Amino acid sequence: MLYFSKDHEWVRVEGVVATVGISDHAQAALGDIVFAEVPEAGKVLAKGDEAAVVESVKAASDVYAPVGGTVTEANPALGDDPAIVNRDPEGEGWFFKLTLSDPSELDGLMDEAAYRDWCKTL
Amino acid sequence: MDEQPILLPLDRWHRAKGARMVPFAGYAMPVQYDRIIAEHLWTRSHAGLFDVSHMGQLMVHGVEVDKALETLLPGELQTLKDGRLRYSMLLDEGGGIIDDLMATRRGGDFYVVVNGATKAGDIAEFERRLPTGIIVDHMKEQALLAVQGPEAVAVLGSLVPGVADLGFMQGGAFRIGNHAAWISRSGYTGEDGFEISITASAAEAIADLLCADERVRPIGLGARDSLRLEAGLPLYGHDIDRETTPVMADLGFAIGKRRRGERGFAGAERILAELEQGAPLKRVGFTLDGRQPVREGALVLDGEGNQVGRVTSGGFSPSLGMPIGMAYVATALAEPGATMMLEQRGKLFPATITALPFVPHRYHRKPQVQGA
Repeated sequence: MLYFSKDHEWVRVEGVVATVGISDHAQAALGDIVFAEVPEAGKVLAKGDEAAVVESVKAASDVYAPVGGTVTEANPALGDDPAIVNRDPEGEGWFFKLTLSDPSELDGLMDEAAYRDWCKTL
Repeated sequence: MDEQPILLPLDRWHRAKGARMVPFAGYAMPVQYDRIIAEHLWTRSHAGLFDVSHMGQLMVHGVEVDKALETLLPGELQTLKDGRLRYSMLLDEGGGIIDDLMATRRGGDFYVVVNGATKAGDIAEFERRLPTGIIVDHMKEQALLAVQGPEAVAVLGSLVPGVADLGFMQGGAFRIGNHAAWISRSGYTGEDGFEISITASAAEAIADLLCADERVRPIGLGARDSLRLEAGLPLYGHDIDRETTPVMADLGFAIGKRRRGERGFAGAERILAELEQGAPLKRVGFTLDGRQPVREGALVLDGEGNQVGRVTSGGFSPSLGMPIGMAYVATALAEPGATMMLEQRGKLFPATITALPFVPHRYHRKPQVQGA
């Protein structure tokens, strides 16, 4: 299942593993991404914590944890080629994976159809 | 401020080209049409069209206008030849920089181009401090377009006979697309290129004419900023302001030799002392390892963690593929190759002081002809 936050992060959930990234809408608004700082494996994040930093040519932005959990892996591809977030934000450009601490937190997120509709109103 | 932004003469044109418009200097300005890095690299390899109509175009006239302007600007203006440009600064009485500008002798007058965000204050300053009889006309009906990049001369030369004969920092009266234009070989990207002053009602026709050439693409403010940063050129309100002097800003080249001897310009006492003894702080360039930019507002720290300066511009260099920036640091530390520590959002970044520009200028300098 794919979920989205109002901060334009996405969460793809398979069992208790959640993969997190930023949406296509977010990458388009940020523009050329030149750097991404991702959390280390083992880091415990609460929902809403600052989890990663993404730097575009224009500015730095925080990426928040849309759900809480323990980070298991960060995307190693972002180090050498952060522009992958522009090319494939909701696929190869994922930021990190975590083990969900409280799957009920997903209830507060939007599903894909609701998120895409909401983006059109922005 | 909630004031409605002023619309550029090309506002409709920018929107039709798909520009994302942002407020800047009181205007709605195009920040990008495409992606910023693509626009930046296009300008470095072909030609970019920039709308800089927000800038203030002034015509200053009156008896001995050069001498009058020299009381406020430290540049050599009396011997400036007709049609030649000079980079200079409007100074306050303490030597602080009120604005940086380009001054061109046009016959008996001086054509002065100042920054958009500061133009109203500059005009008030000129009118208050210049002698009676010196008139400052704000040419509000003029638009200003810049064509920058290695292919700019071929593009503009095909439309405007004779323009290719201009050397860097030289201008003249031409016609483009059947409109009168003042064209100078100058710009803010480090590339060869031109700035074109035309009546606002002709701006759309001229922009279309230039963009009809496939070597030209419209370029927004985003790339204008990264281009000027690579070229080591200061941005007013960020890298220079009233708290800085020309010596601190490492712009001593703009203080004429005769002017140094004669002293008669605003802030001369302080500026000449700084030229002799050094200023406490100096503007430098820096590079960083890795990819994360350190931006305006970050602190420069010494070995003990004391603040000894601050970052005034910082970003990612599309041409070099690395983060670059400018900072003010204690002059004693301001040697190329020296390392310093920067602090941004609680994180430390080792930086190396680097000679400016980061990307070599490619101006079309003509050899000086003796006695000409």
